[in-house]
Amino acid sequence: MTAISSAPRPATGAQSLVYSLEALGVDVVFGIPGGAILPAYDPLYDSTSVRHVLVRHEQGAGHAASGYAHATGRVGVCIATSGPGATNLVTPIADAYVDSVPMVAITGQVPRPQIGSDAFQEADICGITLPITKHNFLVQSADDIPRTMAEAFHIASTGRPGPVLVDIPKDVQQAQTMFAWPPTLDLPGYRPVLRPHGKQIREAARLIAQSKQPVLYVGGGVLKAHAADELRELVEATGIPVVTTLMARGAFPDSDRRNLGMPGMHGNVTAVTALQKSDLLITLGARFDDRVTGKLSTFAPNAAVIHADIDPAEISKNRVADVPIVGDCKEVIASLIPAIKAEFEAGHKPDYAGWWRQLDRWRDTYPLGYEWHEDGTLAPQYVIERLGAISGPDSVYVAGVGQHQMWAAQFISYEKPYSWINSGGLGTMGYAVPAAMGAKMGRPDTTVWAIDGDGCFQMTNQELATCALEGVPIKVAVINNGNLGMVRQWQTLFYDKRYSNTRLGTIADKSGVVRIPDFVALAEALGCVGLRCETREDVDATIEKAMSINDAPVVCEFVVGQDAMVWPMVAAGASNDDIMAALDVRPSFDEDA
Amino acid sequence: MTQKHTLSVLVENKPGVLARVAGLFSRRGFNIDSLAVGPTEVPEISRITIVVDVESHPLEQVTKQLNKLVNVIKIVELEPPHAVERELLLVKVRADAASRSHVLETAELFRARIVDVAVEVVTIEATGTADKLDALLRVLEPFGIKEMVQSGVVAVGRGPRSITSAANLRPVERSA
Repeated sequence: MTAISSAPRPATGAQSLVYSLEALGVDVVFGIPGGAILPAYDPLYDSTSVRHVLVRHEQGAGHAASGYAHATGRVGVCIATSGPGATNLVTPIADAYVDSVPMVAITGQVPRPQIGSDAFQEADICGITLPITKHNFLVQSADDIPRTMAEAFHIASTGRPGPVLVDIPKDVQQAQTMFAWPPTLDLPGYRPVLRPHGKQIREAARLIAQSKQPVLYVGGGVLKAHAADELRELVEATGIPVVTTLMARGAFPDSDRRNLGMPGMHGNVTAVTALQKSDLLITLGARFDDRVTGKLSTFAPNAAVIHADIDPAEISKNRVADVPIVGDCKEVIASLIPAIKAEFEAGHKPDYAGWWRQLDRWRDTYPLGYEWHEDGTLAPQYVIERLGAISGPDSVYVAGVGQHQMWAAQFISYEKPYSWINSGGLGTMGYAVPAAMGAKMGRPDTTVWAIDGDGCFQMTNQELATCALEGVPIKVAVINNGNLGMVRQWQTLFYDKRYSNTRLGTIADKSGVVRIPDFVALAEALGCVGLRCETREDVDATIEKAMSINDAPVVCEFVVGQDAMVWPMVAAGASNDDIMAALDVRPSFDEDA
Repeated sequence: MTQKHTLSVLVENKPGVLARVAGLFSRRGFNIDSLAVGPTEVPEISRITIVVDVESHPLEQVTKQLNKLVNVIKIVELEPPHAVERELLLVKVRADAASRSHVLETAELFRARIVDVAVEVVTIEATGTADKLDALLRVLEPFGIKEMVQSGVVAVGRGPRSITSAANLRPVERSA
């Protein structure tokens, strides 16, 4: 919270809201005005420190706030009117809830006397968002606005971050009040635990010193805690291999050989198998999601579990922890390092050489890879690999959901924290373009690439108009395979190649069907530069062309083959032991037994 | 096997808090056996007594999730030997000239009170544990039960300690 203070002065509720946002240090909000939030938009018009970005759909406002929060670590803010404006925020709020993104959503509500009367544009948004917010408020008095806003920002950004919704009836916005800052927070039931228990830390260190095949299972909580430096120090001190989950890509450099990469349904064979064969999982800010564990009862069967998380409810929720540690990952890791060093100095330094030999053997035998299809189509993995290589580790990459997301997680080398943004837990198609807009606004000097699919792109591309008008030059790579690719992959594998309703028609075919839409023409209609690439030879030139344009958003359409699949894969509900390295390639670990 | 636990949940006395608690139970798949809510001696605090059936979910997960609700101040599990648990029962029983004295006698045996009398019907008020009220109902059954209503369980720990006293209300460091 900022050190700004303000003596009491007369204000309307709406002014009090805007003054609160200013005092909280908010520099950008994403939203759309409408009847019940109109009073708030009037003083917003005068604000010199809060920039409002007029989006084209409230879902875009929510994802933009999320992208901003991911990229900056600060609270993202979105605004909508009552009823449909508010319900359009439901998807991004749910998304932010599952991925623990600090976000505050402000919604207008019908005037208090009309609440409960089924008034025009009335929706009980507090009731609707009860299960998908960390907390929400229905403001009953203009006097409560500064305190409520301060509480909303505090709750959203501390502990396990998450979305908080503040619903403000129109008459409350119009009422006269006094604005003063800072307010006193009144949250008797909210006090997150940050500092880990010393006894648990010592117990964890003892287990680590005894382990022979440990793995650091690193989740998004490490990034939320800004603990990448501490993690690096922990790895330097111990030499323990690291896996970074989908939400933690970038928390540890991919180029460091101690990073085994991403585990999970589409993780690489080494990362998945390292967890499976481990004798100790040192779990930091991860939550044993089903996409990581596969069939839970067969997950890492021989491993003891150290589980550190800021949310006590995550510990032992899915997998029972042998050493539970409640605390902020930054403090947890910082406490673990000296405790482990003390164990080592006491002569309990384990030798992980044998474990590393085994890991390296898997890595050599089952590297990540892909094939070029005989039909001569462009390999989507190649496009994404080149994109990462050319744009480099200082860029931010924002993905939608599906095959392109998994390839972006696999084939780009993430070297720095906060360089990878995606919708992990909820799997929200359409996330990329608006989230990239938010990320670019938060870090205007950074190159921001949205890596999108043709299905995702058609859900939210209207925010490119926002980008063009507001001067937010993001770059979009549309990996166009003409289909809902991940769904099609499952139809290929599990539904006898019966491609029910997955063909999108975005690629021209030989039978004379035209591409609808024409993404290049669409990009230009939205005020962007549109580029198309259909051959391997043009990939680098197209990316370089996009890199050279910095005064407008750029959309690069890469027309790729529809038969490319994401490998490796652990089928839904299957055991991680049954990972498929590629189609019909089942790794054998017998020689390791 | 089912396992029942009685939780006393102190919450901020604010609109919508009961919905947050009840909603949490339903969406997490926790079974509520009984729920009662009312004021405490501290005006800003309400007390919810929940009997939870943790067949499939460990109690720990229930309390951890409850603790994450911002309006929840404190949760205490009240264990039977160390707590007094009571429910309230109101029951209308058929009582004609022939059976009335038997009905009154039964009520007397259970230390229940007659709170309303009409032609051929008496209304009995009884408090007690679930077992006692079940026993009373079994005995009244043959006379003819016309209507009944029962409250949720309320419970308080035995002994001099108070879970709502100022000293005990200091927020404990915990979740979210």
